[in-house]
Amino acid sequence: MTPQRLDATFAALADPTRRAILARLALGEASVTELAEPFAISQPAISKHLKVLERAGLISIGSDAQRRPRRLEPEPLAEANQWLERYREFWEASFLRLDDLLDEMKAIRGPTAPPADASSSKKSRTTIHRSTTNKRGEKE
Amino acid sequence: MNFAGTFKISTPSDTEIQISRDFAAPRELVFDAFTQPELLKRWLSGPPGWSFVVCEVDLRVGGAYRFVWRGPDGTEMGLGGVHREIARPERVVSTQLYDQDWTGGEAIGTLLLTEKDGVTRSTNTIRYQSKEARDGALASGMDQGMAAGYDRLEELLPALQVEDRS
Repeated sequence: MTPQRLDATFAALADPTRRAILARLALGEASVTELAEPFAISQPAISKHLKVLERAGLISIGSDAQRRPRRLEPEPLAEANQWLERYREFWEASFLRLDDLLDEMKAIRGPTAPPADASSSKKSRTTIHRSTTNKRGEKE
Repeated sequence: MNFAGTFKISTPSDTEIQISRDFAAPRELVFDAFTQPELLKRWLSGPPGWSFVVCEVDLRVGGAYRFVWRGPDGTEMGLGGVHREIARPERVVSTQLYDQDWTGGEAIGTLLLTEKDGVTRSTNTIRYQSKEARDGALASGMDQGMAAGYDRLEELLPALQVEDRS
């Protein structure tokens, strides 16, 4: 995914009306009139939002020439999400390792004990490192 | 015991990213885990296949810290900064700058730890110099990173999963 496309995706998502339109389209295609219905804004205003979504590749126009229904294009969102997931994964995995480390520190120091010196925390390093992958796999 | 479900990334303002998570431990322990190199090395070790090659922390006001990770293909990613404020076990404020400087200058990181009934909430807020800098960090930080619309996207995803056309 190019940075430009990602920028367009997030810029498009930054507006609540556009998010509501996408959520509506996630249920199935809809004409501009149908899309405008739930909103207290004019049809031209809705059309403007639709243009932004279209430029971002988030929606396309369906084949019915009379209704020109809009439909959701899930790919850019899926790509954006996948890309965001990596950052999330980095922290989630790190925090799961931290959970294990804290459990171990509690066992060594006791819940209210003063901080231990570096030597006491070195003892069981290997145990924690190995258990990380298992724990991650199980959490889903 | 873990509180994986409490993990949250958000964008509280145009120039900030916030990461929060609860831990089943008193905050003294969490504070140490976030600030002692020997402990940091054991959990902030990067994605699978990466190694945490440099982890130095001088935990004093004005003291520097430096982290470097190395990927499976030899790519190194480093960052460092200086501590501005240390209030054990509650708060650490420090500057933050990636070697590649993709954030357009220094950011300020604030780690806040609050404890309730033996559970510690860690809230890490990183404030960039501008929205562009924040988005830059989101766009390129941490291998690929995440982006400003994360909250918005997350809000939308349940609706999108109804539809499965991709």
